[in-house]
Amino acid sequence: MSALLEVRGLTRRFGGLTAVDAVDLDLGEHEFVSIIGPNGAGKTTLFNLVTGLDDPDAGRVRLAGHDVTGFSPEKLAALGVARTFQHGRVFANLSVLDNILVGAHVRFKSVRPAWPAPLSLIEPLAELALALVRPGAVKAEEARMREEALAILARFGDRLLPRKDNPAYSLSYANRRRVEIGRALALGPRLLMLDEPTAGMNQTETAEMQALIGDLKKSGLTILLIEHKLDMVMQLSDRVIVMDEGHVIANGKPAEVRNDPKVIEAYLGHHRADRPPVEEAAE
Amino acid sequence: MSSWIDYTVNGLIIGNIYALLAVGLALIFGVSRLINFAHGSVYVVGAYAGFLAVTYLDAPLPVTIGIVVVVGALLGLGIERFGLRPLQGHAHIAPLLATIGISFVLDQLVQLFFKPDPRALPSTLLDQRFQIGSGTIGALDLVIAAIGLLSAGLLYYFLRYTRLGWAVRATAQDRDAAQQMGVDVDAVHRTVFAIASGLGAVSGVLVGMYYNYIDPAMSFQATLKGVVAQVVGGMGNVPGAIAGSLLLGLVESYGIALFGTSYRNLFAFVLLIVVLVLRPNGLFAGRRRAPPEPLTGTFIAPSKPINLPPSALLGAAAVAALVPLMIPSPYVLQVLTNSWLYALLGLSLTLIAGTVGLVSLGHAALLAIGGYASALLTLNAGVPVGAAILSAGLITAFLGTVLVFPSFRLRGHYLSIATLAIGEIVSLVILNWEWLTRGPIGVSGIPSLSLFGFELDTDRSVYWFTLAVMVILAAVQFRLLGSHLGRVFRAVRDDDVAARSYGIRLDRYKALAFAFGSFAAGVSGGITSHIYSYINHETFNAQLSILALTIVILGGMGNVTGAIVGSVLLVGLPEVFRVAAEYRVLIYGLVLLLLVRFRPQGIMGTL
Repeated sequence: MSALLEVRGLTRRFGGLTAVDAVDLDLGEHEFVSIIGPNGAGKTTLFNLVTGLDDPDAGRVRLAGHDVTGFSPEKLAALGVARTFQHGRVFANLSVLDNILVGAHVRFKSVRPAWPAPLSLIEPLAELALALVRPGAVKAEEARMREEALAILARFGDRLLPRKDNPAYSLSYANRRRVEIGRALALGPRLLMLDEPTAGMNQTETAEMQALIGDLKKSGLTILLIEHKLDMVMQLSDRVIVMDEGHVIANGKPAEVRNDPKVIEAYLGHHRADRPPVEEAAE
Repeated sequence: MSSWIDYTVNGLIIGNIYALLAVGLALIFGVSRLINFAHGSVYVVGAYAGFLAVTYLDAPLPVTIGIVVVVGALLGLGIERFGLRPLQGHAHIAPLLATIGISFVLDQLVQLFFKPDPRALPSTLLDQRFQIGSGTIGALDLVIAAIGLLSAGLLYYFLRYTRLGWAVRATAQDRDAAQQMGVDVDAVHRTVFAIASGLGAVSGVLVGMYYNYIDPAMSFQATLKGVVAQVVGGMGNVPGAIAGSLLLGLVESYGIALFGTSYRNLFAFVLLIVVLVLRPNGLFAGRRRAPPEPLTGTFIAPSKPINLPPSALLGAAAVAALVPLMIPSPYVLQVLTNSWLYALLGLSLTLIAGTVGLVSLGHAALLAIGGYASALLTLNAGVPVGAAILSAGLITAFLGTVLVFPSFRLRGHYLSIATLAIGEIVSLVILNWEWLTRGPIGVSGIPSLSLFGFELDTDRSVYWFTLAVMVILAAVQFRLLGSHLGRVFRAVRDDDVAARSYGIRLDRYKALAFAFGSFAAGVSGGITSHIYSYINHETFNAQLSILALTIVILGGMGNVTGAIVGSVLLVGLPEVFRVAAEYRVLIYGLVLLLLVRFRPQGIMGTL
């Protein structure tokens, strides 16, 4: 299996703290990998490094064989990397539907012409002109994207669809997380990175989200998931990577990782290492 | 050689005075993450309090300074209590806008009481000068230096060795944690405002004595200088503010020595922009990764905007078009023409500050660029007026965007300061670039409006022309907001990190919005220049920038109809009721203050 994402020796230091320390990670096409680990293990920092929001001090990131280390988030999005954020970052004053449509930004081709070097300088002006004049192709593209966005909203049952014109700030916390996932799907991702998609959700909502993510997996999406809810991780993942204090301390099938004493110690703390692993309480 | 010593001494003394301002700003920024734009007003009040003490009480210097400190501290307490404490929990930019409102009100009050004319502030006993080597130093210089050092010493002692000083430092580091530990954060704020304002007021009286000159208009420049010094030293960094002030004083002094007085402020603001863009945390900060707080500067209050149906908008435009036939009064037509011109400015700013979230405090500069471009094209190149106005819009779009582009990487308050400085730089360049702009004399004899060879020589035709331009640009802006770009702009405003992660290149879309918005402002400036027939570097002054901001907040940020409604209300109504000009600015300040506090979403709602 060819690796879609290859991370080698990725390192990020904040002052004296090494948040991510020489991390290696491989993710095959269509694979579902979860990253678990205690708070502060460096999971989100790793996500930020891979998605270009932060620059590594050392190490390389390769996407589909191409070196993308230090690429800007914009460029990585255009290459098909979509992510959600740990604490939720919807566009608060945009409607639910508009949030999804922003997710599809990189797929708008008719209205965002891409021209070679000297002409690329006037690309923005062309984009402005096309947005104002709106020839047939631009209109059709917008209509098509709207249809797709509605289809994405429909995947969340009646959670979002009835609220599609409401501003995102008026949504419940759980619904905002759903909007974020919808927005990520709209990008048409090659690699979907979910940072604690069920944080702050109750059991029913978590189960619903798990079913949705399960569907995404079945549809063949390549997914990298950060999650604290171990039941969900164990059921969904092809492989689980465990991080602690910036290091990868375990990497393997869910069943192997589950019984690894190093993992139990890191994840549940020393004093609980002798007890069987239980699901962490929802945050 | 001796003159260099004089310039150095002069620079250090001026720097010392700036330090008294900047230290206060740094203290306030430290505990409340706020750039206090009312600081210059405190400084002016201090200067006038000193003037009263010297003139009417014949007070000796120590007594004068004592009085000034008390007046300043009380004023600071008042600003904190009534202007800012009610805004806790509002958007970050809200208190900043409130302090702008407060400064308008205070400056205008001073002007009403003391008349706008400058006054002399004699420094009684301090005319003596001493020979030092080959240069000289005045007794007043020594007093200023002494007061500077003494204040710094007292402040150091206070922050370092008193419980309240610890509380101040704790609050500055982490407000919530300090509160949890039992620090009375409100008391800290009161203390800081009192100290900062006391120092600011003293600075005012010392400047007055140094130049033997005070006038109410010094306020704005004082705020700017304090802010420059603080940014150079690092926001919220007290020792940095002192160092930044001395550096600024020296840069200015040497700049004057080399190039002449009219360049003085240009150096200050260029220094500001360079530091902001290259070292946004100040010259003395370590290589910190990011400002301690995100300081997102959007001023978008969640609201349900009032959406008028297209038919209602068309109806309103039709009614506006019929006004000249129904009310033939030239006065009413001129007032409304003026409102449409401001509405164009409002359209521009509501897109830039509202839709894409770049709260510009220097928007009048775009009017100035447009006004000069159109005037000079017609006068020097013989371009027909209509074409000149159109070109002025395009030139403004280009120049405005190029000037502000390096600042796009800044966020929140920092961007606002940068736009303010760019606005000042434009005005100073116009003043100094004499062969092109005719310098301080201004441009006169600008041809009146005409279109395709037809003179628009009646009030009616000017009215219709202006209205038509405004309606067309408003319609285009509506269409823009309805396209994918409207969505993208608002996404950039709401969360720039998420926007980037979804492939939105921030610079590109900020520039696009800025260029589009600048076009309307440039056209407005161009038309204005042809109506006025004379403009100079003060025609489009900083007050206009703040008026524009008040218009768009009144209408509702990002709201196209709101910008027009706001402009009619704020520009038209005071005219109709024939409010005297000096009260008008007072009203603008109060409206801004009340809006920020009670109705941040404006009349028509934010979009």
